[in-house]
Amino acid sequence: AEKRQIQELAFTFTQNEVAPHMQKWDAEHIFPVEMFTKAAALGFGAIYCKEEHGGSGLSRLDASLIFEAIATGCVTSSAYLSIHNMCAWMIDSTGTEEQRAKWLPQLAPMSRLASYCLTEPGSGSDAAALKTTAKSDGNYYVLNGSKAFISGAGATDLYLVMCRTGADGPKGISCVMVEKDTPGLSFGKIERKLGWNAQPTREVVFENCRVPKSNRLGPEGSGFGLAMRGLNGGRVNIASCSLGAAHASLLAAREYMAVRKQFGKQLAEFQALQFQLAEMAAQLVSSRLLVRQAAQSLDSGDPGAPAVCALAKLHATEQCFDVCNRALQLFGGYGYLLDFPVQQYLRDSRVNCILEGTNQVMRMLVARDIIGRLGDA
Amino acid sequence: KYIHIINKADMAASKGLKILVGCKRVIDYAVKVRVKPDRSGVVTEGVKHSMNPFDEIAVEEAVRMKEKKLAGEAVAISVGPPQSQETLRTALAMGIDRAIHVEIPLAQLEKLQPIHVSKLLAKVCESEKPDLVILGKQAIDDDCNQTGQMLAALLDWPQATFASKIEPSQDSKQLRVTREVDGGLETIDVSVPAVVTSDLRLNEPRYATLPNIMKAKKKPLAKMSPDQLGVDLQPRQEVISVEDPPVRKAGAKVESVEDLVGKLREKGLVK
Repeated sequence: AEKRQIQELAFTFTQNEVAPHMQKWDAEHIFPVEMFTKAAALGFGAIYCKEEHGGSGLSRLDASLIFEAIATGCVTSSAYLSIHNMCAWMIDSTGTEEQRAKWLPQLAPMSRLASYCLTEPGSGSDAAALKTTAKSDGNYYVLNGSKAFISGAGATDLYLVMCRTGADGPKGISCVMVEKDTPGLSFGKIERKLGWNAQPTREVVFENCRVPKSNRLGPEGSGFGLAMRGLNGGRVNIASCSLGAAHASLLAAREYMAVRKQFGKQLAEFQALQFQLAEMAAQLVSSRLLVRQAAQSLDSGDPGAPAVCALAKLHATEQCFDVCNRALQLFGGYGYLLDFPVQQYLRDSRVNCILEGTNQVMRMLVARDIIGRLGDA
Repeated sequence: KYIHIINKADMAASKGLKILVGCKRVIDYAVKVRVKPDRSGVVTEGVKHSMNPFDEIAVEEAVRMKEKKLAGEAVAISVGPPQSQETLRTALAMGIDRAIHVEIPLAQLEKLQPIHVSKLLAKVCESEKPDLVILGKQAIDDDCNQTGQMLAALLDWPQATFASKIEPSQDSKQLRVTREVDGGLETIDVSVPAVVTSDLRLNEPRYATLPNIMKAKKKPLAKMSPDQLGVDLQPRQEVISVEDPPVRKAGAKVESVEDLVGKLREKGLVK
């Protein structure tokens, strides 16, 4: 019953504070910081962080409900909210008492915003090959290198940077928190994108950027594992955003089909089009069940959770993009106009198949899990 | 024996008013309501329901009065089916302290009228002894706008309906209520205990927050039945039929005032 209340709160908030602005934020490239502050006031800023320092102490499933609801009003905003939540969790789960006490009280209300920096121009899917170095210098690390495609870069306050403190490969990577305005931290140009326009995406550049060692999260060499654990939840969250996009697109298509007439009949009376809606529903609902299953597997501490999360991300992002695409087709010519919302859901959900691990990497992870279990009952 | 007398001392100095807030579970305002094929009523099954918007405003006002220390305890009450508990949980999540659910069996639900609800509320007031009852001015499903007025009459309490502002009176011994009436705004002082009904501009209700939704789980929710309260739910009215309003017919455009007058005369609307 509380899950329903949580979901209703998220939907009501979305109706009032998000959906009315979705088009404008996309057209004018506005990063809606004010809306995030309001969302955080309701507890949406650190949903699955412990309550001790201002988190909401809720589950991954609750978070999935919230991101799905908000995504029906703006996929991009929900996606950034989920990235911020992921970063807050990384600090909450791995940080020292000092780090948690310093950062959570600022991240939970979203008075400070966070970005997650793993990808580099030379390492996307091959994330462990990252080259940004963090050389030890007394009580500091000196960072050199650059990160690519960083969501929120330039507009956020805290950067969780996966960088190389040791040897090659995953075991040489640590996670270091870099605050905005640190000398040696700069940003590339704001990228021009197909979607996610309500969020700046930029390169993050480190040039002899000195960061106190006390900003390192977890021991040296633990950064890659932390990044991957963050991504498990991140994948459930991004998949949840895709669900919201598909849900809104399906509803929009249904409404349009009840209004638009051709050949003397409503579009909703044509069987071929009815079958489209039914297939879209099958795609959406099956995706939703899988995503929620993945969320629950994280909540229950299931050791198989990472594979389920990868499977859910793979399935939901692809199926839901297809739902948006079909919805656009059902709108006919109007679907192609920027005045109609489905094209935005389509553009915004397209990148979900790429980031937080491409769907090809998701296939690798799932296959590895399946083959690795050869011999299990 | 407890005799309910309000200490006429300064309201701000006392431990605050006890407020009882009514909430009704109604079909959500955004739903496109459909008439049942047998014309006995509207379709409610599987349809989204939520708290009556005027009741949300009433709940918000009670919570604000608590925050301003005008009120000490705020209790929410709902008369309705089992699902009314969800409505009460929403009130609790907004900041109400505890809730009372007067459960109405499904068979009697459709025939429930304001006269029954006001009698049930009156009975609860006898035991709860609130200083102030705030109800929504009307429910958006039946638009009756009767329960508050009837309740005040049954209790023989003063009433201040269509409130757009509630504050202590100048001498702090009464409530000063601004009412939205056809002629404008009317300000009256009412002594407590009293019944106030909320109008649209009284306040803008807050969102529940995630922590408050979780806290609400632990707040007390008591159940009562109409039998326990000794109220007879015999219907006084019989609904004969419920129909859609007539489909809007096309209008006609006219070129001049003379044409307009001519057409009005034609239709017998003007002599």
